[in-house]
Amino acid sequence: MSEVWTEARSDARSRASRRVRFRGGPALGIVLPGLPQLLAGRLAAGGYVTALWVGLVTLLMYRWERVWAAPTGALDEQIAFATLALGIAGALAWSIRDLRKGRDPLPMSRSQWGLASRAFRKNRVAVLAVGMVAFFYLVALLTPFIAPFDPTFQGDLLADRLSGPSATHLLGTDHFARDIFSRLLYGARISLSIGFVAVSISITIGTLLGAVSGYLGGAVDSVIMRGVDMVISFPRLVLLITIIALFEPSITLIVVILGLTQWPQVTRIVRGEVLSLREREFVQAGAALGFSRVRIVLRHVIPNILAPVIVAASLGIGDTIVLEAGLSFLGLGVQPPTPSWGTMVADGRNNLLGAWWISTFPGLAIVFVVLSFNLAGDGLRDALDPRLRS
Amino acid sequence: MGRYLIRRLLGAIPLVLGIATIIFFVLSLAPGDPVSIYTAPNVSSEVLEQMRQNMGLDQPVHVRYVRWMGSMIQGDFGVSFARNQPVREIVQQILPNTLILSLSAITLAFLTGILIGVFQAVRQNSLIDNSLSVVALFFYSMPSFWLALMLILIFSLTARNVWDWPFYFPASGMTSVGHEFMSPLEQVGDRLRHLALPSISLALVLAAGIARYMRGSLLEVIRQDYVRTARAKGLPERTVIFKHALRNALIPVVTLLGLYLPFLFSGTVFIETVFAWPGMGKLVVDAIGQRDYPVVMAGAFIFAVMVIIGNLVADLLYSVIDPRIRYE
Repeated sequence: MSEVWTEARSDARSRASRRVRFRGGPALGIVLPGLPQLLAGRLAAGGYVTALWVGLVTLLMYRWERVWAAPTGALDEQIAFATLALGIAGALAWSIRDLRKGRDPLPMSRSQWGLASRAFRKNRVAVLAVGMVAFFYLVALLTPFIAPFDPTFQGDLLADRLSGPSATHLLGTDHFARDIFSRLLYGARISLSIGFVAVSISITIGTLLGAVSGYLGGAVDSVIMRGVDMVISFPRLVLLITIIALFEPSITLIVVILGLTQWPQVTRIVRGEVLSLREREFVQAGAALGFSRVRIVLRHVIPNILAPVIVAASLGIGDTIVLEAGLSFLGLGVQPPTPSWGTMVADGRNNLLGAWWISTFPGLAIVFVVLSFNLAGDGLRDALDPRLRS
Repeated sequence: MGRYLIRRLLGAIPLVLGIATIIFFVLSLAPGDPVSIYTAPNVSSEVLEQMRQNMGLDQPVHVRYVRWMGSMIQGDFGVSFARNQPVREIVQQILPNTLILSLSAITLAFLTGILIGVFQAVRQNSLIDNSLSVVALFFYSMPSFWLALMLILIFSLTARNVWDWPFYFPASGMTSVGHEFMSPLEQVGDRLRHLALPSISLALVLAAGIARYMRGSLLEVIRQDYVRTARAKGLPERTVIFKHALRNALIPVVTLLGLYLPFLFSGTVFIETVFAWPGMGKLVVDAIGQRDYPVVMAGAFIFAVMVIIGNLVADLLYSVIDPRIRYE
């Protein structure tokens, strides 16, 4: 116990020494939120907020007309407008609040999540990865303001077709003279949202089935686990392309099918956790108090297995994005003209040598997004597993 | 051991039947009428009805299911619509190509993955360890089809057309055009050259995962007392690592073999499509384009069976590598 206290005290001391204490800090904090914190040595928080602020304000000034027209525009423009407004307001609010309180002598929370979040924040790579993930989602939301062209806009087919990276077309154009950079940004929305929704579906099903299977045991358990064995021993891609080929490929179908084929992994993890939880005193006490099984599973078992589920979700989004890109690459995913990273890679196949930029950049985008999710997932695993905490 | 093998094989039977059932019902749920491909203005509805009867489509689902299952067990997968050839013959021709590709890829993946992992564990936390970790995670996050395209771009197209390398790798197929006229030695070389890029692009993604796992596993073993004993009695470091530590560290890595097989076969679907490799993956993708359902069903079924066999092999490998595990 004394170790914990020493650590907490030294932590508080280091925080106190790193709080903003030069004159003019508050004024600077309103003009450039995050910069005072950055100068005071808090690289992560200060750096993120500064970058967010600079990025959003630059965007606001550079694309003033589009932002002005957005509230009456299409739905995605309204969402982008709301994101921009919330981002700017949030950065300012955080800056003012942080400068005013500046010092919190002791970390307040000592709960399981509090400890995990402290462990997580010590892991620089993971913090950076979470920042990258947040950045990708932010870019996806703000795409209508950032993208220089419409993703389906075809330029001059004679002059602009297959032109390399230049000032007008940052990442070049494809065989229809469409701007790769704009398509990349719009494709991010598809990839990121499909990953998120599909994983939400699979996590929900997987957690429920795993908890039921582990808690009830017996015949229910063996039926569910045989089903899991069956789906796991099926190469997922073959199952996916079979199903998608039979029906018309559409974004909804892909999301649902991706979600419905990933739950077995989650079910296995959850079942294992529940098997050990079932014998613990607080669960037994719940049963002794006469709680219904539904209540025990939902209120007492599932909240205690969230940690491995969150890790599985974070790693699962990466896998799902790769898989969706693969399906689109085969022409079984998102259908043209909707831009998707997988389709864009496939578009470049016929001009690989002459126009390398068509396939290269969407692929790089996939790599960096998936890498961020994997790093974030690794960091979460290290932080949430008390056995791995140093 | 023999009894365990028999029990596992018996246990695999319901799994195989279950998978066949899933495939059947997914396909019978599919909208559309298989006979509709014969629809034409000069084909009367009686002929179509006759066609339906010939194919057994006038029977209720459960009758069709039992019949289908019966012929499936006898190894009869029906006749391909597109090629008008029994699916069994097609599969017999094409399955070896996929096996060559996946076996070479998985061998390559485990060899490089284990070597890199051992190297990283021995130099834990050094600069080279950290940079290899980053590189491995980079490849681990990479879609194999994109890696394949990039390898083609660099080692096939640019190497031949821009840099004028004397040696480049072919971008498609299993053999060159004049393969039949080569000497036996040249034929082997030609095949290996064609195999290089597909198996490397499949293997690199897997190797990255294996290296990550190997590093962690070896680091755990190296801390144990018996390794210290081995060092204390003056054995050279090479013997300590490769003979004493590696054997125990390999046990969890062998589990990866079973886990990675579905990934491997998913990967072959993309890689075979990119490299025009005449294997099961390309067969299934092409069949889907042509709505050739018997081939799709057979392909999906064979992939699933290969995964089950692979898992069995992985379980048996445990007992070879770890004599403490006894199957009774």
